[in-house]
Parts: sequence; structure tokens; C-alpha cells
Amino acid sequence: MTEAGYPVLSSLIFFPLIMCLALAFMRHDGLVRVVTLFASLAQVLLALPLLAFDPALGFQFVEHAAWVPQWGLSYHLGVDGISLLMVLLTVGILPLCVLCSWTYIGKRVKEFHICLLLMTAACVGVFVALDFVLFYVFWEAMLVPMYLLIAVWGGPERRYASLKFFLYTLAGSTLLLVAIVAFFRAGGTFSIPELMAGSYSFRFQFWAFLAMALAFAIKVPMFPFHTWLPAAHVQAPAAGSVLLASVLLKMGTYGFLRFCLPLTPDASAYFAPLMIVMAIISILYGGFVALGQSDIKKLIAYSSVGHMGFAMLGIFVFNQRGIEGTLLVMLNHGIVTGALFMLIGLIYERSHSREIADNQGLGKFLPAYMAFWGLFALASFGFPGLNSFVGEAAVMIGAFQHSWLVGAFVVPGAMLGAAYMLRLSLKMAWASPASPAGKGWLDLNTREWVYLAPLAVLTVWLGVAPGMVLRTIDPAIERLLSDFEAKRQVVMIETAAEARPVPSILAAIGLDARNDGPSPATLRTKENAR
Amino acid sequence: VNLNLRPELLVPELIILLALLALFVQTLLPRARTATAAGSGGWVAYASVAAAIAAAASIGQSGTMFYGSYQVDGLSQFFKLVVAVGLAIATHNAAFGRTPELAAEKRPDYYMLLVMSAFGLMLLTSSVELMTIIIALEISSFSLYALVPLRAEKPEAAEAGIKYVMFGAVATALTLFGLAYILAEHHSTYLAVLAGRDFGFTSAPLAALGLVLFAIGFFYKLALFPFHFWAPDVYDGASNETAAFIATLPKLGAVVVLVRLAATMGPALEIATVLAVLGALSMTLGNLMALAQKDIKRLLGFSSVAHAGYIMIGLVAGTAEGLAAASFYALVYLVMNLTIFWVVCRASPSGRNLELDDLSGMYSRAPVLAFVLAVSAFALVGLPPTAGFTGKLFLFASTWGRGFDWLIIVAAVNTAISIFYYLNMVRYAYTREPDEGEQAMARPHLWANAFGLLLAVGILAIGMLPGSVFELAAMAGQQLLP
Repeated sequence: MTEAGYPVLSSLIFFPLIMCLALAFMRHDGLVRVVTLFASLAQVLLALPLLAFDPALGFQFVEHAAWVPQWGLSYHLGVDGISLLMVLLTVGILPLCVLCSWTYIGKRVKEFHICLLLMTAACVGVFVALDFVLFYVFWEAMLVPMYLLIAVWGGPERRYASLKFFLYTLAGSTLLLVAIVAFFRAGGTFSIPELMAGSYSFRFQFWAFLAMALAFAIKVPMFPFHTWLPAAHVQAPAAGSVLLASVLLKMGTYGFLRFCLPLTPDASAYFAPLMIVMAIISILYGGFVALGQSDIKKLIAYSSVGHMGFAMLGIFVFNQRGIEGTLLVMLNHGIVTGALFMLIGLIYERSHSREIADNQGLGKFLPAYMAFWGLFALASFGFPGLNSFVGEAAVMIGAFQHSWLVGAFVVPGAMLGAAYMLRLSLKMAWASPASPAGKGWLDLNTREWVYLAPLAVLTVWLGVAPGMVLRTIDPAIERLLSDFEAKRQVVMIETAAEARPVPSILAAIGLDARNDGPSPATLRTKENAR
Repeated sequence: VNLNLRPELLVPELIILLALLALFVQTLLPRARTATAAGSGGWVAYASVAAAIAAAASIGQSGTMFYGSYQVDGLSQFFKLVVAVGLAIATHNAAFGRTPELAAEKRPDYYMLLVMSAFGLMLLTSSVELMTIIIALEISSFSLYALVPLRAEKPEAAEAGIKYVMFGAVATALTLFGLAYILAEHHSTYLAVLAGRDFGFTSAPLAALGLVLFAIGFFYKLALFPFHFWAPDVYDGASNETAAFIATLPKLGAVVVLVRLAATMGPALEIATVLAVLGALSMTLGNLMALAQKDIKRLLGFSSVAHAGYIMIGLVAGTAEGLAAASFYALVYLVMNLTIFWVVCRASPSGRNLELDDLSGMYSRAPVLAFVLAVSAFALVGLPPTAGFTGKLFLFASTWGRGFDWLIIVAAVNTAISIFYYLNMVRYAYTREPDEGEQAMARPHLWANAFGLLLAVGILAIGMLPGSVFELAAMAGQQLLP
């Protein structure tokens, strides 16, 4: 761990909060927009020192201060290869969100921008917190502004959608708090790096994994916990959908990588088959349901379920390629789906409808719009040469390395992606316009070019030259996996030693038929037998 | 053991007693004169602040008085501080709103009863002898019985008053019954003597039963299931300002006695299981019932039933940490509730009971109060970074691994249940359009905003930097269970 020269990460958390306070005293809507835009650009500048990140080292830019000494809580921040990209994505997406809401948001402008800034602060906090309670504080703190974004500025069904979002995510994470407290009793600390160094009994891991996985799986969202997502996505304003897709969903997979694998390695391995099955169902289910949508936003929302299924799959195949793929999918899905939601918001401002039927045949009238749409749509289903291809290909390689059966199930998922995206894009580009209204719509203006272009550049660049990203994340993944394997062995040996007299009995009654080391399944039998 | 009077340790009580005497004199004055500014009772808040300062200054001192029945220690001074702060906020709340449903000439009586109840609670924090505890409890309760019906021309208020006094009388009877059992078994009413004695269900069934019965009086004050039936009705019937008081301060008295009992009877307290079961039922039923409420005070009534259950978590831990966490949570509970009642009282200048619908559009008419409402509601849920979260975290962390893990899981699940109705208040305030009818809320006074904001900042500050406040509670816990 290395210390930072000045508190880079704290500044990323507190600068938006200070700007929120400043905004609270402004009255003019235009001023609020301009100030937030400049604040978000300043936030990007504040994040630049993070580029000095050295992949070879562990946690960097570490800040450590006592918080509540009586309980051993500390204000402990740091980034490593797993969280760095997410922090940059969170910070980078903010100015684009401000720009894409410039005309989209007409009421309660000040409150809207305060919510955006609060979201950013909390999301950065989630990715950089190295104290378990601090993590939980940021994790929950982000719910309120996101709830308000949907509930106040959302579509006609906003009350239902926002409530569902809030209930689902908060209900899921209450047991996470219990798991945190249990880790405190078991490990004697709330510090994440220190907890990672400890090892825990299988029984403990089993329950801790379930409690944490529920919170994270809801956030991902994984089938069958995904139902809040389409509702929230469809009703949220454009910037809200972008934040949801680009940042919020990533917290779920980040949680699995940061907590489940290092803290509960045995339980992760034990539950891996279940998680893989759920990930595959997510991929296929998301794809099939997306195929049947007539609402563009709902279609993209379901496609998110599928893409996040890829990310989950990559984690639970436990190999270098798979987790590399997960991190790449997290980043690229953030870029591409964020861009698609911006484009949907943009056409919604023109047509006031999200139905495919009302937004057909745009190729002739809005060529620049359709060009961007085409690029991001191709990227979304993993067209070679664009960014998503790299991530999904890595996950697939990882899946085939794990087992050809898993790999075989993923292939149709990737094909489904192409099917629903092409169906949608062809209609939007070339079908005959539903009404002559489309002819009067203006193509992209300068502001819209400005917020789409950076994402388009990243899409192509990360597609042809992913090496830069891989160099950043690879050492962190190697460390994660080697720790994971090492700890699994420790616990296995301990558990085997504890349960020494049992195997003979199990063997005698034929339960322990294949005696090639204690596999997770036999571990459980032993656990039950005791 | 002797009288051993040390007045320097009693400054907080004496300040409150002086205020009480002044109010008593005021009630004797001709009625016309009490309708003036001094009669509005606003000055009582200053006296309470003085008492709070005195209590804060006396932290760290200790002594035993009145033949060993009255003890000044870390726990008593912590709770005296909290009671004084609570009294200051509650009386300021009543005085600022000018108690709209109370005739002007009754105001001195009203404040006298409020202060008398708080005085009883202050005595309760220091009582370490069972008879003294009951007397202090009754001083506090009797004045409340008279307070509840003080609401002009409202038969509901009289009904609530009768309900309160009937339930209270039964609870007190059970408490005295329990006292008799304890006395019969162990021949003493001093907690210090009882400390080492046996309270096992099998070894000393009479004493164990006596202890449970004795605790019932305090379960009733705390509105713990199954002694909670009065809470929603009384909150509903009493005026908003009175409800703000009843919902908060008397619970402190109950918590302090239960903390003392839990500490004295030792970590291996067998009735802890009873506390845990009642706590679990209380939080579950309280939250489920609150889900169905439309009236805000009834909703908060059931919410207080649920919170009484949460406090049990710290009591069953049997450690100094657990007692400290329970005391800290009592403080947090007081601040959260007084804050939300501040908003409710301001949103209802006429003093009528509010429905959820009445909060509609608060964001546009009273944006600051809407923010304060949101902060206090999210604090009641236990959402970070508010004090409600730290309170719950400390409760969970102190009790996990002490044999009551199931209770913590029940509490966590309950948090999930409770989100809906707390969030609902925020939903009405922020996402509904304002009601343009006659009942619509007027723009609030500047001070209403400023004081509400102060309370909200307090909730956030205790949530984000709980260290120094928790230190006081931790000291109290350490003294009780070294």
C-alpha cells in the first residue's frame, strides 16, 4: 500500500458535496447548469492524478484516519486495479450526464443537479472505501439521490418504479449489514484489507456469502432479482438511466469481486455452479425478453440484464480470462449502454415517445444520430473491433476454459444480442417513418455531439487497443486469484482436519464415493454430518 | 449509609425543580396575567438548556445519597443530559407553536406538568432502589396522565387520557406486585444488594417472576409489545406537542431503568430471553402495523413500538458495550423523533392531526422542512449517514456472537419492512403535487426552518461523527459493567 501525496480520493468525494452546498444557494436555473458543468469538469481534473496509478502495487492513494475509535471504524480509502477503472468511469460520466440533461430536465433544476453530484460522491465512495462500514455508508447513501432522480424527474409510472427500486435495493442490503457485523466479530476489525488476510470457517462463509450475495445480486441485477431494473430504467430520466447503467449496476459485480471472492472463497466456490447457472439464465433470459420489447428503453434495460450476466459469469469461472472479461464488460457496458441511454433520451426529447414504432426510419432525417446509434448498437452486441467484443470474448474464453458446457450455453446469448440489437437498429434506421413528424426533427446539435463524441472515441479506442486497460487490471486479478486459491486450500485443509473421523463413515455409507480431495459438495456433507 | 446530601451533584435536578416551582407560582397568579409573554412558557426551554449544561458539566462525578437510594454516576448524568436536551426541544416546540389547541390560561399548568414529568424522569435516572424507582416513575407518569387530555374540546383527547391512565395503573400494579416478589425472595430493594443475588428461573423462580413483573412497568412506558396498545391511541388523541413529549422522554426513563436492571442482574441474566422475544415481537408487529397507517401520529406510534424492540438488542447483550449501545440508541431515538415531530407540529399550525396526504407538496411550500423530514425519516429507517444508522450498527455490533444472533437478523429484516412507511412520508413530501385547498400549509417561519435544520444537522453529525457522543455512553456502560 502506498500513501498519496495529497488526499486525491477524499477530494473526489468531498468536492461534489461542497458544490452541492454551493448550488443550494443559487436561484437561476441556467447558472446552476453551468456551475454543475464546470464542477463536473473540475472533478475530472481532480481525478487526473489517479492516472499515475502503478499496476504492480496493491492499494494506492491510500488515506487512513480514525473515525470511531471505540468500534475500530476508520476512514480508510484506496484504489487498486479492480476499482480504479470504476472510479474513472464514475467521474468521467458526470459531465456527460449534466450535458444530456441540459434541456431534458425542465423542473426543479437545482435539486436535480444536487442529486447528480450526491450520486457521484457516493458512488466514488463505494468504489474506494476500504473500511467495511464506510463502504456500507456510501452504498446506502447513494440510494436516496437515485430514488429522487427517478421519483421526481421520471416518467408517468415514476412513483411505482422508484419505490420498487428503493425497496428492492435497501431490503437486499439490510442483511449485508448483519454480515459486516458478523465479520467484525469473526475478524476483529472492519478494515477490508485486514479482513481479507483472515480465513473463516466454511459454515461462517456459507451464511456470509449468502447475505452479501443477496445484496450484490440485486444490484447487478441477476435473474431472478432483476425485476426492479426495467421499471427503474424506463421511468428514470436520461441522466438517471445513464447513472444506473454505467455506475450503479457495476457496484454489484464490484461487490462480488471485492468481498465475496477474497472473504468467502470456499463459499464462492461452493456456490459457483448456482451462480453460473443464474448468470447463464440472466444472459439468455435478458436476450429473449429484449427480443420481444416494443419500448426502446425497456429493450436496452433487458439487454443490460444480459450483459451483466456475462460479467457475473466471468467472476464465477475463477480464471484470469474470465475476471479480466468481467472488468472489461463492466467498463465497456458502462460506456456503451450509457451512450445508448443518452441517445434514447435525445430522441425522446424529439418524439416524446420511446416506442420503436414512433421512432422509425430516422436514417434519412437524422443521419448523425443514426451513425452514433449504429456504432453503439454494434458495440453493444460485441462487434469485433469495438470495445464490448474484447470483454465478452474474454468471458467466453474463460467460460470455455472452465467447462465447454458453460461455454456452449453462452454462445446463443451472444447471438441473441446481435438479434435484438439488429432488429431494433434496422427498424430505427430504415423502416418507413410512422408519421411525417419525424421530418421536422433536427439532427444532433453541438451540445449533443460534445457528449456523444468522447464515448464514441472510447468505444473504438478500447476496441482496437484494450492493452492499456489490461495492463492496469491484470496484476490485480492475478493477486485476487492467487489469494483466492491459497485461501481455499487453507480452509479445505482445516476443515478436512477437523472432520477427519467422518470421511470413513461417509465412505462406508457411500456418500463420499469420489475421494479426490474434499470437494465443496463433500465439505457440505461433512458440515451437516457434524 | 446515611443521608449524605451533596447538593453540588444535584444541580441539574435543582434547576428543573426551580423551574417547576416558578411554574407552580405562575399557575396561582390571576389568569389574565398568565396570557402574557412570560405565560407562553418559552422560557422553560432556557431553563432546560441550563439544566443540560449542568448535567454535561457534572459528567464524570459520582456519589450516593439519601441512604443509598439515589446515585449519581456516568449513566445517570448521561441520561440527565439527554432528558434535559429533550425537554428543551419539546418545550421549545410547544412554545414556538403556541400550543394552538390549548386555552391561553391553561398554559402555565401545561408547562408545569411537562416539567414535572421531566423532573420525575431525572430522579428516575439516579434511583438505585426499587421503591425510589417506582416513586420517580409515578411522578413522571401522573403528570402525563393529566397532560394527555389537555386539548381543547376534543373528546378523543379525554378518551386517550383515560386509556393512558388505565393501562398505566395496571402496569404499575404489576410492577408493585413484582417488587413484592423480589422483596419476599431476597429481602432487599437495593439494587446494590440485589446485584449478586440469584434470579434464575429454576433456582429462584419467585425472584425471576418478580423481576419480569417489575420490568413490565417499564415495558409499558417504552411501549414494548404486548404493553404497546396505548401508544398509537394516545399519540393520536393527545395534541401534537404533547405527543412529541410522550413519544420521546418517558422512553428514556424506561431505558435507563432497564439498563440498570440488566447491569445489576449480571451478564448471565436469564430473563434476557424474555426481553429478546418481546423485542423481536415488538419490532415485527410495530412495523407491520405501521405499514397500514394513514395518520402520521399513529404511524409514529407504531414506529415507536418497533424502536422499543430495537433497544432490547443492546440490553440482552450482557456487556458494557451493549448497555452503551442501548443508551446511545435511546439518545438517537429521542433526537430523531423530536425532529420529525418538529416538522409535524410546524406542518399543522392549527394543531389538528395530520394525514399522509397533508404532507403533499411540502417540497415547494417548505423546502427546508421537507429536507428535515427526509433526514429524520431516513434516520428512523436506519439509513447512513444518519444517527439512526450508527445507533443500529452499534447495537448489532455489540450483540452479535452473544447468543442472540437471531434477534439481530430479525431486526435487519425489520429494517427492510419499515422502509416503506418511512419512505412514504418522504414520497408524499417530495413527489406529490401540493394541495391547493384551504388546509394547504403556509410558508413556515424563518426560525421554524432554522431550528429544524439545526436538528437535522444534529442527526447527520451524530451519524457521521458519533465518537464523542458515544464516548459518554461508553463511559456509563463501563461504570455499570466494568
